[in-house]
Amino acid sequence: MTTRRPVNWTSAKIPQGQVYVLPERCKGCRFCIEFCPKKVLAESGSINAKGYHYPVVAPGKEADCVHCRFCDLVCPEFAIFTEERK
Amino acid sequence: MSVEGAKIVPSHHLDSLFRADRLPHILCPGCGIGPAMHCFAQAMLDSGIPLERHVCVSGIGCTGRVAGYVNVDSYHTTHGRAIPFALGISVVRPDLKVTVFSGDGDLISIGGNHFIHAARRNINLNVICVNNFNYGMTGGQAGPTTPLGAKAATAPYGNAERPFSLPYLAAAVGATFVARWTALHVRQLKEAMVRAMKKKGFTFIEVLAPCPTGFGRPNNIGDGLEEMERYRSRCVVNHRAALHELDLDLRRIDQPFILGNFVDIDRPHFRPPVIEQGPAAEFGRDDRSADGGGAAMEGAP
Amino acid sequence: MSSGKRVSGGEHFMVGDHACAEGALAAGLEFFAGYPITPSTEITEHLSRRMPELGASFVQMEDELGSLAAVLGASAAGARSMTATSGPGFSLMMENIGLAAMMEIPCVIVDVMRGSPSTGLPTAVGQGDVMQARWGSHGDYSIVAYCPNSAQECFDLMIKAFNTADQYRIPTLVLMDEIIGHMTERVVIPEAVKIAFSGRKRPVRPASEAAFLPFKADGNGVPPMAHAGEGYKVHFTGLTHDEKGYPALNAEAHRILVTRLIDKVRLNAAAIVEYEGLHLDDAEVVVVAYGCTSRSARQAVFTAREKGVRVGLLRPITLWPFPEDKLRRLLRKGEVKRFVVAEINMGQISREVERLTQIPVARVNHPGGAMILPEDILEAALS
Repeated sequence: MTTRRPVNWTSAKIPQGQVYVLPERCKGCRFCIEFCPKKVLAESGSINAKGYHYPVVAPGKEADCVHCRFCDLVCPEFAIFTEERK
Repeated sequence: MSVEGAKIVPSHHLDSLFRADRLPHILCPGCGIGPAMHCFAQAMLDSGIPLERHVCVSGIGCTGRVAGYVNVDSYHTTHGRAIPFALGISVVRPDLKVTVFSGDGDLISIGGNHFIHAARRNINLNVICVNNFNYGMTGGQAGPTTPLGAKAATAPYGNAERPFSLPYLAAAVGATFVARWTALHVRQLKEAMVRAMKKKGFTFIEVLAPCPTGFGRPNNIGDGLEEMERYRSRCVVNHRAALHELDLDLRRIDQPFILGNFVDIDRPHFRPPVIEQGPAAEFGRDDRSADGGGAAMEGAP
Repeated sequence: MSSGKRVSGGEHFMVGDHACAEGALAAGLEFFAGYPITPSTEITEHLSRRMPELGASFVQMEDELGSLAAVLGASAAGARSMTATSGPGFSLMMENIGLAAMMEIPCVIVDVMRGSPSTGLPTAVGQGDVMQARWGSHGDYSIVAYCPNSAQECFDLMIKAFNTADQYRIPTLVLMDEIIGHMTERVVIPEAVKIAFSGRKRPVRPASEAAFLPFKADGNGVPPMAHAGEGYKVHFTGLTHDEKGYPALNAEAHRILVTRLIDKVRLNAAAIVEYEGLHLDDAEVVVVAYGCTSRSARQAVFTAREKGVRVGLLRPITLWPFPEDKLRRLLRKGEVKRFVVAEINMGQISREVERLTQIPVARVNHPGGAMILPEDILEAALS
């Protein structure tokens, strides 16, 4: 009996992402924070000019982003995106 | 490797697809139109069709404002008339990829007649309908998609009317591609948009979207996040779902929201009739064979 | 008639509606969207036969709301575009006439007037849409409206209408009436090379260069027009907008925009206005009449002259802008004692003449269903 594994189990590499934020565009909807599959994001302690808490990387999660781009695509304000770290 | 937190930057990698000098847009926090517009921009890129060949037409309402933000040729027309306006563009410039991006009230209520006839004719047109179950711009009135019993500014005792099921309607009147996704299902939504852009004929994508200000508040849905959470927990993807079973009621927790790409068929799209006589070439229109529909503009008298 | 050619040069015996359609084709019509309605249906039917021969696009729409919207879309994509209708359909087009004015999208709208209001007299004449043509959409804007009084003019004025629409980027109306639309007369169509053409002002620099401001006017108040698919990434909106085309929802931006929309016609009126005068030089009584009514008025003037009474006829060919200057010049000469306005409505242009002249205006009216007889106009002119 063998264990099922993806065929690229050894070659596939999980990417690591870098989060970029445009704080002044954020309206604090929290979509990116709540729906990040790796729970990388958290609310900022400070607020932007409109008074919203924008997303930041949660303490200790700096290496956890996998550049899945979900935060990017779900952001209504085009205020967050990720890039793959090389 | 040094690992940092979020970096603050002045611009977004998709800014060239938007009229970035107009951002932030007017839409409320928690509104689902932003994610839908975001998917549309990404889909235009992914379609492989040059941006110069994309045209966005919208009507009136919150979703109608999308045409003012996307950085392609864009037309923000009269209430309900986005589809016939887009028909005019599509017919005379069949080489362009025309998308109508508007709301449920605009497309299905005041524009409902144009919707059914454009689908019947199979105009070469992509329609993206953001359905937030109410008239948002005017302050949360009931519309043709407001669920039975839901509260609205003009239905303070609960909506007395049965709503349309938009995919069922679109399929019945002849759309060649019919999909329903939500503002949360951004990957599937974007992929559906790309598929629609690659098709000829009338396509229809419904995007369920939170309107925390107009619909959420009177219906105890809290904020946009809570409605998105409902999408996450209650949506079921079933591409082969029976079209007549796609009714939606956000308030009923026993009923799933069925999403999917329900229809994908091919049938000849509309072309104005042409008869093979007369000196068409005199006016430089012999290049219409590329698509078969409409008159090319070059060499117009 | 099916010549297979865009310009059916030669002499014809042709109904007014068909002459109108032939004029549109000769002017380079590339897109028609319309909905059947009496008494304009013959225009739509004729174009449905003729346009497919020419590679031009004919679409029968679901209603008149969609018809004009489709015309505007096609025109925004660069095609010379038109629709044709009658009163009830014309009413439905009002919203998109406002949009055409606001977006500055050229288009030609033919309204073959019938007895009104409402469904009124579908198969019989009326001239009750003339004020609606000027003011029908909400707000302040300008249009040009031509008013033919013969089948020949139906042809000729369609060409002018397209040129005017393109030149000033405005909705241009052709106000026919049921008599003119359904009357068969001699029509002479010139050769293609003799058809006047003046098109749209277009951006000078390619889209790749610098920012183009799609609503920045030059010279005569008209901005150059970029079409869909040319790479300029234009934004057109019915909202009040700035020179970029972006919404600018404040009083100052609104004043600048609406003033310019009005001034495009107001300041160019001398170049646009057309009228026909008959025996105006020494006239003591001036009959003002247009469309089919001007044909009765002409007969009344001839009869009056035979009786030695100095009656003249002023026939506005552009009902809008109205030939105000001509009226004022007539007044300044001091010989005109009275105006008679004959029209198949209960007094629409007569109010305009009263407003402009401040002297007594005799009205010859009925609300529709038949022509006004020369005798009725004569009686008013002589009394």
